[in-house]
Amino acid sequence: MIEFLQQLGIKTRTSFTKLGRGTFFLLQTMSGVLSVLPRPRLLLNQMHSIGVLSFLIITISGLFVGMVLGLQGYYTLSDFGAEESLGVMVAASLVRELGPVVSALLFAGRAGSALTAEIGLMKATEQLSGMEMMAVDPIKRIISPRFLAGFLSMPLLAALFSAVGIIGGQLVGSGLLGVDEGAYWSQMQAKLDFQDDIINGVIKSIVFGFVASWIALFEGYDAIPTSEGVSRATTRTVVNSAFSILGLDFILTTLMFGDH
Amino acid sequence: MDNSVSPQNSLVSVQNLSFSRGNKKIFDDISLEFERGKITAIMGPSGTGKTTLLKLIGGQLFPEQGTIIVDGNNVHRLRRSDLYNLRKRMGMLFQSGALLTDMNVFDNVAFPLREHTHLPESMIRTLVLMKLQAVGLRGARSLMPNELSGGMARRIALARAIALDPMMIMYDEPFTGQDPISKGALVHLIKSLNTILGLTSIVVSHDVQETAAIADYIYVIAEGKIVGQGTPKEIEQSESDWVQQFMTGAADGPAHFHYPAKDYVDDLLSTGKRY
Repeated sequence: MIEFLQQLGIKTRTSFTKLGRGTFFLLQTMSGVLSVLPRPRLLLNQMHSIGVLSFLIITISGLFVGMVLGLQGYYTLSDFGAEESLGVMVAASLVRELGPVVSALLFAGRAGSALTAEIGLMKATEQLSGMEMMAVDPIKRIISPRFLAGFLSMPLLAALFSAVGIIGGQLVGSGLLGVDEGAYWSQMQAKLDFQDDIINGVIKSIVFGFVASWIALFEGYDAIPTSEGVSRATTRTVVNSAFSILGLDFILTTLMFGDH
Repeated sequence: MDNSVSPQNSLVSVQNLSFSRGNKKIFDDISLEFERGKITAIMGPSGTGKTTLLKLIGGQLFPEQGTIIVDGNNVHRLRRSDLYNLRKRMGMLFQSGALLTDMNVFDNVAFPLREHTHLPESMIRTLVLMKLQAVGLRGARSLMPNELSGGMARRIALARAIALDPMMIMYDEPFTGQDPISKGALVHLIKSLNTILGLTSIVVSHDVQETAAIADYIYVIAEGKIVGQGTPKEIEQSESDWVQQFMTGAADGPAHFHYPAKDYVDDLLSTGKRY
C-alpha cells in the first residue's frame, strides 16, 4: 500500500514537473514568435513542410468522410422523408465537429509526429546544442517558426477538410442517391449560421492547432536524445495530442453549443 | 559582471570546480588553466566527463561549486545576452559535427555569419570559401551533410567554428571513429589553425598518440580528479599508475578490468539461483 502511494506520488510529481517545463517552453516559444516576423522565409519554409505537405492526406480523408456522411445521413433522413436536408446535415457535422477534430487528429499524426522526430533528432545529433554554442537561440530559430506555422496551418487545413467533405457528401447524395442538388446547397445556405457554425468551428481548429503544435514541439525538445528516446517521444506526441484534442473538443462544444 | 582576475596569460581558467550528475560526482574540486595561444589537451577514460567540462566552459551547464573564467568573464554570472556575445568568440567542434542536416555545406558554414552579421551575400560567399579552403573542402560546398564522410563532416564543422574568427576553439573528441588518414588531416588542421590564427585550443580526447603529438600541455582526468598534468614529455614519464595505465593502454590497473562482483569461486559454487 505504502509502495503504491509512493509510486503514485512519484508519478504525479513527474507529470507536474513536465507540465511546468512544458508551460515554460510554451512561454519561451511565444516570446520568440515576434522575432520570426522580420524573417518571413523561415515561416514560409515551415508552412510548406507542415501545411502544404499535409494537403494530400487532408483532402483524401475529407473526401471520404464527406462521402460516408452522405451515405449514412441519407439512410437516416430518408426514413423521415427529409432527404433534402442532407446538405445541412453533412455541412453542419463537418464544419462544427468533424472538420476541426478529424483534421487535427490527422495533423497530429502527419505533421506533429514529423515535428517531434525532427526536433528530437536535432537534439540527439547535438544540432540544438551546437546552435546554442554558436550563440543562436534554438527556440527562436527552430521552434518558434514551426510553432507559428502549425498554428496558422491548422485552421486552413480544417477549412479544406470541411470544403472537400461537403463536396464528397454532394457527390454521393445527389450523384448516387438522387437528392436534389439545388436542395442540397440551398438548405445548407439557409440553415448554416456564419457565427454559430463556421466561426465556432474555426475557433476550435485554432485551439487544436495551438495545442497540437505545442505538444509536438515540446515532446521533441524534451525527448531523451537517443534513437529510443526520440521514437518514444513521437508516440507520445500522437497519443497526447489525440487525448488533448478530443478532451478540448468536448469542453469547447459545451461552451459553444451548450445553451441551444 | 564579475571581473575576477585570472592568472596571467591564461584565457580560460577553471577554479575549484565541482559537478555531479545524479549521485555520481563527475568533478571533485578541480582547477585547470588554459594558456592563450596554446593547445591544451584534456585526456582520460570515457565517461570521465570531458565533454561535460566543455559544456561547463561554454555555459551550457552550471557547476555546483567553483568558477570558470573565460577572457576575464565569469561565465556563469553573465547575463544571457553577454553570454551569447562571449559564445560568438568561442568555437566548439562537437563530436558528431552537429551540422544542420537541412542545409548544404555552404549554408552550414554561412549560418553563423548570416545569423550574427549583416554582411552582403557576396562578402559571405568570399568568407565561406576562405574558411572551406582552410579545411581543404572548398570543392564540397554543395554537398548535403548526409553525403559527407565522418572526417569531412568534422572538417566542415571546423570551418563553421572558425567562421566568426573566434579567440578559442574547443574540440570534443575530434579523432574518435576516424580512419588514420582523416585523423592525420585533423591533427594537421588543429595544429596549423592554432598557429596561423593564433587561437587557443582545448582538445578533449582519449586518443593518446594524436593528442600527445600536438598538445602543449596535458591534463589527465580520472574519477573526477586530475591524476596527472604536464607537457607531453612529462606525462610520458609520469609515475602515476593512472597516467601510465592510460598512456600505455594496459587492461588492468587503477581502472579495473573486472566490473565489481563478488568472489568468483563463491559465485560459481552458489547453486539454486538463476543468475
